[in-house]
Amino acid sequence: MTVALLAHNADETMASTAIQTAPNATGTQMPTEWRDFFTLTKPRVMTLVIFTAICGVLAAPGSIHPVLGFTAILAIAMGAGGSAALNHWWEADIDAGMKRTMNRPLPGGRMRREDARDFGIFLSAVSVGLMGVAIGWLAAALLLGAVIYYAVIYTMWLKPRTPQNIVIGGGAGAFPPLIGWVAVTGEITAMPLLLFAIIFFWTPPHFWALALFVQSDYAKVGIPMLPVVAGEKVTRRQIMIYTLLLAPIAIAPWYIGGTSWIYGSVAVVLSALFVALAMPVFTRMRADEDKMLPEKALFKFSIVYLFVLFAALVADRVAAYQGWIA
Amino acid sequence: MTPDEEREFLRRRKARNWVVAGTLIFFVVLFYAITIVRIGGQG
Repeated sequence: MTVALLAHNADETMASTAIQTAPNATGTQMPTEWRDFFTLTKPRVMTLVIFTAICGVLAAPGSIHPVLGFTAILAIAMGAGGSAALNHWWEADIDAGMKRTMNRPLPGGRMRREDARDFGIFLSAVSVGLMGVAIGWLAAALLLGAVIYYAVIYTMWLKPRTPQNIVIGGGAGAFPPLIGWVAVTGEITAMPLLLFAIIFFWTPPHFWALALFVQSDYAKVGIPMLPVVAGEKVTRRQIMIYTLLLAPIAIAPWYIGGTSWIYGSVAVVLSALFVALAMPVFTRMRADEDKMLPEKALFKFSIVYLFVLFAALVADRVAAYQGWIA
Repeated sequence: MTPDEEREFLRRRKARNWVVAGTLIFFVVLFYAITIVRIGGQG
């Protein structure tokens, strides 16, 4: 890893010269638009982070003052934004080589690379400090772990090295409900770990279904995505395996007694539908002029699945805490 | 710097300054609220 970091830094010196916002004839640097700093935080990804973090806070037993609940979610969002900015900084060269990402602030030449790095470090540090001071240091330590997991372990280390990168990346997205829950309770128990596991096992079928029908440039820039490295057949099998692993984990909060029948019945129905939609993706192969309808259906459903499952969890827990159900 | 570049330079700097000012005010208010909640023992 050290060798890779050093090699990357050597590349960066050259790249930052090539892609930074060029000073004009008088040597004055045009200030970066604030919107470009906002773009660095990957706002679209953040909506899922904020949603699952809110679910973690609302579903946890106990209460938290609204100001502190808001602060916890803000800190989680800032940590996600900071690590996303570090991801932009590290992958600027890769982004420049792909159509989908070539207009991001760094490859688009609208921002200096060091500014993205400093912004990411600053945002991450403030998020952890804010969480520690306002909420507690266990939640802050988890948030720091999430930032390091995404920015260092996933982005810098494993993403360019293994076709299982999406599985590992799923871990980063799985932290928000865990941290949200711990912010309320101050302890790590089976329930928040199950919420972590649900997102962890949901990510591979969600992303690989997309990867099957969207032509990406990852191969061109040397990122070993599973469909490119191992082929379609292996990817389809892996989608099925992770879907089958996800189903019992999604239902687990109910049968360990952490939720009532409300969540349990929703989880059973949704998981059965997920398996039913993954089955045709697993059993078929691409034909000529294939519209990839089963893959598209699975991808769309996977988004609905996660939102409805977490919404059901919150509805279940709120109903239980209010005494509406046993 | 051409007049157009200078105008753009000032516009961007002004916009950034407003965002920084807004963010600072937001955090001042947030820390005040956190302190009140913590002192009140409601956390």
